[in-house]
Amino acid sequence: MADGVPLERAGEAAAADLHDRGIWIGRAGLAILAVILFAVLPFALDVFRLGLAAKYLSLAFCAVGIVLIWGYGGILSLGQGAFFGLGSYMMAMFLKLESTSSGSSAQALSSFFGSNLPDFMVWNSVETLPWWWEPFHYVRFTIPAILLLPPLLAFGFGYAIFRKRVGGVYFSIITLSLSAIMSIMIIGQQGVTGGVNGINDFRTFMGIDLNTDDAKRAMYFITCGLLLMCVVAGSFILKSRLGKVLVAIRDREDRVRFSGYDPALFKAFIFAVAAFFSSLGGAMFTIQVGLASPSLVGIVPSIEMVIYAAVGGRLSLIGAVYGALLVGAAKTLFSENFVEYWMYFIGGLFVFVVMFLPHGLAGLLERIRGYRTILPKLSRLPDSQRGGAGK
Amino acid sequence: MSEMILSVEDLSVSFDGFKVVDKLAFYVEKDELRCVIGPNGAGKTTLLDMICGKTKPSNGRIRFKNYELTQMIEYQITRAGVGRKFQNPSVYEDLTVFENLEISYPEKRGILGSLFFKRDEELIRKIDKVANQIFLHEVLRHKAAQLSHGQKQWLEIGMLLMQDPELLLLDEPVAGMSPREREQTAELLNGISKGRSIVVIEHDMAFVRMIAHKVTVLHQGRLLAEGSMDEVQGDERVKEVYLGH
Repeated sequence: MADGVPLERAGEAAAADLHDRGIWIGRAGLAILAVILFAVLPFALDVFRLGLAAKYLSLAFCAVGIVLIWGYGGILSLGQGAFFGLGSYMMAMFLKLESTSSGSSAQALSSFFGSNLPDFMVWNSVETLPWWWEPFHYVRFTIPAILLLPPLLAFGFGYAIFRKRVGGVYFSIITLSLSAIMSIMIIGQQGVTGGVNGINDFRTFMGIDLNTDDAKRAMYFITCGLLLMCVVAGSFILKSRLGKVLVAIRDREDRVRFSGYDPALFKAFIFAVAAFFSSLGGAMFTIQVGLASPSLVGIVPSIEMVIYAAVGGRLSLIGAVYGALLVGAAKTLFSENFVEYWMYFIGGLFVFVVMFLPHGLAGLLERIRGYRTILPKLSRLPDSQRGGAGK
Repeated sequence: MSEMILSVEDLSVSFDGFKVVDKLAFYVEKDELRCVIGPNGAGKTTLLDMICGKTKPSNGRIRFKNYELTQMIEYQITRAGVGRKFQNPSVYEDLTVFENLEISYPEKRGILGSLFFKRDEELIRKIDKVANQIFLHEVLRHKAAQLSHGQKQWLEIGMLLMQDPELLLLDEPVAGMSPREREQTAELLNGISKGRSIVVIEHDMAFVRMIAHKVTVLHQGRLLAEGSMDEVQGDERVKEVYLGH
């Protein structure tokens, strides 16, 4: 016992050392990501390719949220597309109303048909603007709605479900149906939602022409800025006491109740945070790609978002961004050449990652680094501590 | 007679028609260390489950201080001052020993409170003290997954101590421990029983003898005998239950 103490102290020092290294690596990772997003990509890519990157980065917001709820909260949501869609459609409604009231071609159409409604409403013989479209005339309503409505809905919906102690695969199925229902509703209500074509053909955002190269670049930088803010906010949450409680809930939800916490509240909160990120991503997507479409709301995109997070590493907020960029780029590359095989490829990729890289690219990186730095240190520790650490 | 901190009356619960606990009455005094023994299936763990809210009784009352626990859910019961240690050590394996203790600190258990929680001197001092009590001071920065079985048992007791409960419910706290560790645990329990009440379920009679003030014997969901260790061991019915088993 007595001679074991100094060795255990050495073990503690090594653990503390690793902890500090972890913080340092986290900051370095963030800095590298910032350099890639702000300096490398804008110079390496032309405006068209940069637009594609912006598209994937908009989806990365969802992946970052999925790391929080799935990686740390243990809640697999297959319905993040629904929240992405809410943000996307709210932004689209605002842009559509703006372009309807100001764009010249839209005015031509309106005057031709004697109506000042969005074009798809005219084609569907909708005669008056539905009441719930009215507030989206105003940016001062639209932006708060994008930021607040999806997280509030997610919190209410999540708390109701988690309080009943529904979790695991059942929660995944419920959220899966949520996104399916939303895309079906959008397609079904063509007259007021644009149906399967979605809402498109926007020109301006608050009078700024969105189709110029400068505007596209500016929007790209804003997207990157917001995305990095989400990553920083996410890591603040994970480092806080709340983040520890979340991990505790993931590993032993029952025990957490007996530590005096209400797990439903924490799960609903983190679900709301992920919904907030997704909605923000949806809005940035629509403003840059010029489209809100039911094909980005349903089951397939929701699952693709999970795959981004899985590929990047479901415990790594930064990894999620790389996951979205890489899988997005692969998707473009593949579907340009072999359209019909894309779904098989992405399915295979998911299976591969789950089976061989449970912590994704971030985990792979850590493993390589781990073999280099942790092993020599461990060999200096007493046998009793080596077993657990190698896990 | 001194004040009762816990009174369980007329408590029953059945699983699939089988009465696991049957019209049980059970009282614990303030500052008492009570051991509950009995053969397998006697309803010992189920009794603790009902006190801490894990299982809802089909009938009966559980009074703790001024609270009626049957009307409350788990985290409310915990906040009222009941701490529970489970049979298999339940610690948060992915967190360090320090974090396990920190998370059990009974402050800021809401969303915003925990999001902006800052460690203060008092918390560090308390973790320090508890870590010393449970013999884990040297491994504070280690992940709980790396601990031995016995150390996990101690950690879970430490997590309860952080909560400062007035009533501690311990389910087989020395299972999987070496004889030396059992002695240390007995000292630990004797030390922490001052100022709070403890209910311990245990099979190890030598250990029970080391700590118990009073022993309750359950059999088939009912109270079979209650008294000092010697009284209980001399009881004919108790002998029959254990030998006939």
